[in-house]
Amino acid sequence: MEHQFCTFHLAGFFYGVEVEQVQEIIRQQEITPVPLAPEVVAGLINLRGQIVTAFDLRSRLGLPARGVDERPTNVVVRHDGEAVSLLVDEIGDVVEVSDDLFEAPPDTLHGEARALTRGVYKLPGKLMHALDLDTALLQKTSGRARGSEFVQQTIQRCGAGALAQTRGSHQ
Amino acid sequence: MGEMDDIVREFIVESTEGLDQLDRDLVELEKDPSDGDRLARIFRVAHTIKGTSGVLGFGKMEAVAHVGENLLSQLRDRKLMLTQGITSALLGMVDALRTLLADIEQSGTERQRDYSMVIANLSAQLAGGNIAAAAPPTGASAPTAAVNREAQTGNSSGDGTASSIRVDVGLIDKVMTLVGELVLARNQILQFTASEQDASFTGAAQRLNLITTELQEAVMKTRMQPIGNVWNKLPRVVRDLAAGCGKHVRIEMEGSDTELDKTIIEAIKDPLTHIVRNAVDHGIESPEKRRAAGKPEEGVLRLRAYHEGGQVNIEITDDGGGISVEAVRERAKQRGLVSADQAARMSDRELMAMIFAPGFSTAEKVTNVSGRGVGMDVVKTNIERIGGSVDVQSAPGVGTALKIKIPLTLAIIPALVATSGGEQFAIPQVSLVELVRLDGEQGASAIESIQGAPVYRLRGNLLPLLYLDRELRLRGREKSGAVNIVVLQADDRQFGMVVDEINDTEEIVVKPLGKLLKGLPCFAGATIMGDGRVALILDVMGLAQRAQVVAESRAKVTAASAKTEDASKRSAWLLFRAGEEGCMAMPLADVARLEEFAAAKIEHSGAREVVQYRGDILPLVRVAEVLGKKSQRRDPVQVVVSSCNGRSFALVVDEIQDITEQEVRVQDANGDETRAAIIQERVTDLANVEGLLAAVERATAMVSA
Repeated sequence: MEHQFCTFHLAGFFYGVEVEQVQEIIRQQEITPVPLAPEVVAGLINLRGQIVTAFDLRSRLGLPARGVDERPTNVVVRHDGEAVSLLVDEIGDVVEVSDDLFEAPPDTLHGEARALTRGVYKLPGKLMHALDLDTALLQKTSGRARGSEFVQQTIQRCGAGALAQTRGSHQ
Repeated sequence: MGEMDDIVREFIVESTEGLDQLDRDLVELEKDPSDGDRLARIFRVAHTIKGTSGVLGFGKMEAVAHVGENLLSQLRDRKLMLTQGITSALLGMVDALRTLLADIEQSGTERQRDYSMVIANLSAQLAGGNIAAAAPPTGASAPTAAVNREAQTGNSSGDGTASSIRVDVGLIDKVMTLVGELVLARNQILQFTASEQDASFTGAAQRLNLITTELQEAVMKTRMQPIGNVWNKLPRVVRDLAAGCGKHVRIEMEGSDTELDKTIIEAIKDPLTHIVRNAVDHGIESPEKRRAAGKPEEGVLRLRAYHEGGQVNIEITDDGGGISVEAVRERAKQRGLVSADQAARMSDRELMAMIFAPGFSTAEKVTNVSGRGVGMDVVKTNIERIGGSVDVQSAPGVGTALKIKIPLTLAIIPALVATSGGEQFAIPQVSLVELVRLDGEQGASAIESIQGAPVYRLRGNLLPLLYLDRELRLRGREKSGAVNIVVLQADDRQFGMVVDEINDTEEIVVKPLGKLLKGLPCFAGATIMGDGRVALILDVMGLAQRAQVVAESRAKVTAASAKTEDASKRSAWLLFRAGEEGCMAMPLADVARLEEFAAAKIEHSGAREVVQYRGDILPLVRVAEVLGKKSQRRDPVQVVVSSCNGRSFALVVDEIQDITEQEVRVQDANGDETRAAIIQERVTDLANVEGLLAAVERATAMVSA
């Protein structure tokens, strides 16, 4: 089966989300920070009169923070009936991939990155991480702001197949 | 089939409204059975439901309504007199019809339920009047006739129905959102007009401004509903509940035409019902108890709603047993909500507020309606969620009054825009009390601290302060000198919020925060400012709780007592300089006035220097000379007019410096005239007026001798 992915770059990695989930791409936007908000929330943007939460994917994936003068691009996705803007470094093309290019994340992939990656599509010359949007945007309670340890422990305890349950327990 | 569905849906909506009306009317009719108009209206509603249900083929519904209608027609024709039994039977019919409607709404059909009891009840009441029960309707012929009759009665009753239309709530919400957007666009355009010279453009912008404001008001009105829509259900609730507990309760309502936004009406529906149930169940006593207490057997539950300052106040008052503060104290201890020590210290007011604590109920027995320890806390939470507040006052034996304050609307609110840490924040104007600006030097000294907690003296009262930038962990403020304090009201208490800058007031459109930001206690939402930037709306209540400036805790009580002790030790001092160097201070209480005289006005009386002052002769005391310090004679002379032992003196000083208020600990005694203390981080001599004067007397005595 063929899927279309909207791709983007994040700290040198190549990611993609299904095109159906993407509402629009907008260039750099003024962000109003939200004090006391979880670290992953970069702030709020004004999307034509609609207030949209800007989500810092780098922080969520445990990647190093973006440089001060690097302007992120907003990938606005629809999630759970609400628009959320994912901050990415640079937007890529829309690529068409088939299922036979897909492979589950290797066991050597750990932590947050693993929990948020559904798998990898082997494209010519590069690998595209398929972002698991549902897990990425799960609301985390502040007490467990860094959920990676929790996820890892669960994986160790129940074996790698327990990811789905982990997801459930987060909610 | 789609068309048919629409008809059924409309039937359900109309009938539901009709049944609500029946509830109210039946309860009212019971009080005044001679009210013919009301009876006619009841009959009409029952009749309409019977007719329409017949046409739509809802046989059970028709059968139930039919018997009810028969009973009602007997009442209307005065062949039967209304009794409590009849009212109950008719209310039973209303409930049965409601169940049927709910079934139809869910499944599209009447489910297999047995309504024979209801019908039997109604028939029994009919038979009680010695009139044979009418035969149930036969086939389809009766309903058709009924529809015709309904059309006629419908016309005759047409009180304004033709001038209103039913609009989908979703559509109104959409219009509301669009108007919100328009308000934002308007705000943006108005910002441009400030820098625009073109007269025709500014004119057009002005017109746009006016029209938008009017449009906004008009759309808001479409969402407004009288609070009576919620209240109307209450008489039935009270009646059933009172009957169940064997109590007599009369419900009185005032201001039921007070209008509120639809969302707010919905939000207060449950809390209100809960409060009313509580009042009937726990508040109002049994007739025996009331009689014993010398009260009329019938308890009164009074609901009152009125507008006040952009808010709606709802008061629910009962003349029941009231809440005993001691019982609350005991219960709070027993439930482990507070320690015994804490409970003993709590004020009556704080104790009263305990009834809103989760897991609290003072009812001695648990009934099926209330007293399970859930409820009042939910009531409070629900009301606070829509930006309201609830307050309880009670006197044992006299009754309880609950006062709810809620905003008129949630969608568009006036707000104050302030800047802190480089970010703009909107503060809802409902919580705003006043603004205080302290300039320059004043800013640094006027804010004092009680064990690290900053306070400001606002007209003699201590106002706890919080710094918005610190509270929200924003980047540090630049020291601008001036301090802006926004005085806010949270839960009947005031506190001051220090911000960097106060910008403007603006009508803002409240937008909810996304799911990722739910649960942040300090923000009520966000809005888009005139310049297109997003600004957060502060949740004053949440902020106050976070900063613990209004927490009703033991710490607070201790702090408060510490506060008063502190204040009693503190006193005001006048700082001045007498002589070339060194600082002096005297209690402000000893100072009558500060004056300045030209040196030429100094006259002599004997060996003494005097001045004429307000028709009196005022002896001058040169403080520096008395203390043997070096001092230059100045012109003009600055004097402190002071009284001692009924005589006034003018203390000549070199310079009057400041007035300060602080705790003064005397460091060492230094003769009769002065003692030393540290004031404003400087060693300061405290002038002892009495000692000074005595020294002067001695000196003059020596001179004259």
